[in-house]
Formats: sequence, C-alpha cells, structure tokens
Amino acid sequence: MNNLLTTEHLDREVLEELLDESDGFAEVLTRPIPKVPALRGKTVATMFFEPSTRTRMSFEKAAKALSADTVTFSPGTSALSKGESLKDTALTIRAMGVDLMVVRHKATGVAWRLAEWLDIPIVNGGDGAHQHPTQALLDCLTIRQHFGSLDGLKIAIVGDIKHSRVARSDIFAMTTLGAQVVLVGPPTLLPIDPEVWPISVAHSIDEVLDDIDVVYLLRVQTERGGGSVFPSESEYTRRFGMTSDRFARLRPEAIVMHPGPMNRGVEIGYDVADDDRALILQQVSNGVATRMAVLFRLLGGDHDA
Amino acid sequence: MRQVMSAEDLGRVTSRIAHEIVERNQGIENVLIVGIPTRGKPFADRIAAALTEIEGAEVAAGSLDIGMYRDDLDTRPKTRIGPTEMPANIDGRTVVIADDVLFTGRTIRAALDALADLGRPGAVQLAVVIDRGHRQLPIRADFVGKNIPTAISERVSVRLDEIDGQDGVWIDHGGDE
Repeated sequence: MNNLLTTEHLDREVLEELLDESDGFAEVLTRPIPKVPALRGKTVATMFFEPSTRTRMSFEKAAKALSADTVTFSPGTSALSKGESLKDTALTIRAMGVDLMVVRHKATGVAWRLAEWLDIPIVNGGDGAHQHPTQALLDCLTIRQHFGSLDGLKIAIVGDIKHSRVARSDIFAMTTLGAQVVLVGPPTLLPIDPEVWPISVAHSIDEVLDDIDVVYLLRVQTERGGGSVFPSESEYTRRFGMTSDRFARLRPEAIVMHPGPMNRGVEIGYDVADDDRALILQQVSNGVATRMAVLFRLLGGDHDA
Repeated sequence: MRQVMSAEDLGRVTSRIAHEIVERNQGIENVLIVGIPTRGKPFADRIAAALTEIEGAEVAAGSLDIGMYRDDLDTRPKTRIGPTEMPANIDGRTVVIADDVLFTGRTIRAALDALADLGRPGAVQLAVVIDRGHRQLPIRADFVGKNIPTAISERVSVRLDEIDGQDGVWIDHGGDE
C-alpha cells in the first residue's frame, strides 16, 4: 500500500490489518501521554481545498500522536488565490520536505492526480462525491468494536447517497468485511445505477427498520445540490429521518451512526443523537486512531509492496 | 542448530529469577512484572505465576509493546503495533521488564522510553532468559537466566510453549552450515 485513495480495491486482509492496528493506536490514545515517537522527523501536510472540521483536525491529531510534524495548507490564504495551479502548489509544498499529503478537494480524482505528480504517499481526505476512505475505516472500526465483526451484519445507509463520498467508501469497505448494505433514500438522492454496487436498495426507512443492525445516517448535502430534490426539510424528516419513534422500533442491539456534521431535527432526532446507542462521538474518537494506523502504514518504515 | 537449554533448565531458571526478584525487592508488594511481546510476555506470565506460588499473593503480568519506540523503524520490516496492558498504574512501583534475549540493548532502551510515557516507576529492573552479549548501549540485566557468549552472526532462539509449542533455547550458527 503506497497511497490510500479509495476503499474500492482494498482486500479484506488489508482492511482487517488496518482495523487491528487502529485498535492498537486507540489504546495509545488512552495513555497518560497519548503519543508515541514512531514518526519522529516526518512531516505530514494537510491540504484541504474544502471546509472541514473533524477530518483535518483528526489527521493533525493523528500525525502529532505519532510525533510527526504537520503543515497546513488553506486555499483562502494561499498563493492559489494568485493563480497558482494545483500541481505547482503541490510540488511547492513537496519541495519544502513533506513526507505525506492528505488532500481534500471538491473535484473527484484530485488525490489520484497528486499521487501521479508526487513521489510521496497521498491520502484521500475526500474528493467530491467520490471517496473518503479513512471515514469508511473509522466507521468499520466503530462497528467492529461494537459487534466484534461485520460479518453478516445488516447495515442501512440512509439519505443523500448520491452526493456522499462517505457512502461510496463505506459500501466497499463494509461489504468487503462481510456486511450486507442496503441504501435507503428517495430516488432523487440515489445514484443513477446503484446496481453496479454490491448492495440492495429500499425507498422507505420503515421497510428496513426492524431488520437492521446499523443505521448509518447521512447529512443532506445542500452544498452539492442535495437540498433541491425534495420539497422541504420536514418532508425529508417525515420520510427518512431517524426520529425517536423510529429509533424505538429498532432492534434493541441496533446502533445509529452519522459521519457528521449532523443536522439535528432533520436526518437525526434531537434525543436520538445523544442516546448511548448513537456512536457518533465514538466514530470521531476512532477517527484519530484509524488515521494513525493509516499514517503509520504509509510512513512507518519499510514500505510493503 | 545446537540446544543450549532444555525445557527443565528453563523451568528452573524462571523459578530462580522469581526468587531473586523477591529477595532483591524484599517481597513483591510494590513489584510489577511487564513482558515485551512476543516472547517476553509469556516469560513475564511464568515469572508472575512463580511469584504467586512463592508469595501466596496474586501477581499479574503486564505487556509492553515497544514497536513504536524502536530506533530502526525506517530500516526494519514493517512493524506492527502490539498490545500494551498494565495490570496497575506504574507510578512509584518497581517495574521488572521481562524479555527473552538481551543482545544490543536497543529493545530495552525502547522499553524504557515506552514506560516513561506510561508513568514514572520508582525503579526499573530487567529480567532476561539469555544474555548473549554484544551490547551497543549502556544497559545490563538485573536477573539473567543464562549468560551465553555468542558470535555476532549467531542466532539465539528462546522457544516458549505458549508461542512456539515447545520450551528450550537453541543457537543457530548463521550463514551456511
């Protein structure tokens, strides 16, 4: 593994190894000094061309917990606003002595281009509506910690699948690890041909409610046009929201997840988000451990083939 | 490959080291045994079991993964993070690090750094099955099963039933035989 761009072609063995390592790094984060010197002297650049709170901070925290240095690129205050191209920006930052880049961009495939241009590992921190592999890893870790394994679990991904890189990454990782995934959403928020994926589709959340182990809620992505395809927020909530009523109908061992940022009262009920069976903050904590595993895998010593 | 210790030798050595630990520390009240994976952990478990027998009080062994603290991470094959579990807070305690073979001392250097990130032990001692010499750092063991002078090209392998399915110590002369 020389880059982490997508979950699509990660085989089960690699996924399981990354999750095992993530569990190990999760233990590091519970120590009195939650830090190891494994990546001392390495520099990780976070290049986020799109807004982000948790992913960028999570990568920075992960890098620092491995004793790597971090440098941050913000498009607003950069020479990009003076007309510098993406490639020149990337080459410039590489030339400063950066050992790995995490990149987020609104355009699909940017991480692949960087991987071609640069001779250092690239981690895709989200490209458009395409992929967000570390999110999928932390989601799978959270589920595995709760159930022990993903094998045979039924997972419903609910909402704006069409604009969701999280869904695209989760689908591959979860099914590779043995889960059955059902996508739930209005036809307008599903991709045009979901049959190409190893999943099933339902158009009503109530259809699947009493049969699933994990409800994975997505935010309606108004910035990508997700808000214009249904009449109103309350209509969305009525048909697809995880309200307290629906939450009460879930199997007692079922859990609720959300990649954040969440809109309480829209896709998730106010109280549901705070329930013990909503693992949303555990997902965030796991994000740091997972990203440590990814950074260490790509930067820690001898690269495997 | 030449066998230098039998299963019985290993058992006697573990028992002697446990007695030495009790003698040195005037009991085991304040003592924590911590093994370095892979083979240091079962060795630590065996010392703990022997201490439990000698002192009649339950002794648990911890596990200290040192992979992330190695000074040669860039040149060795892919390191994996292993389990670190302490049976208790190490602050002020006497921590006895247990490992199978003491060689360059670099593993123990890493273990000392790893321990320092977990707390501030009152004292740290070192127990090893084999001391084979060739130290590259100013480190020595407090409790040694057997000193075996070796050539640097030789390989010393301590095998423990829990990991390897058999007990004993062998020396491999390295290179072609």
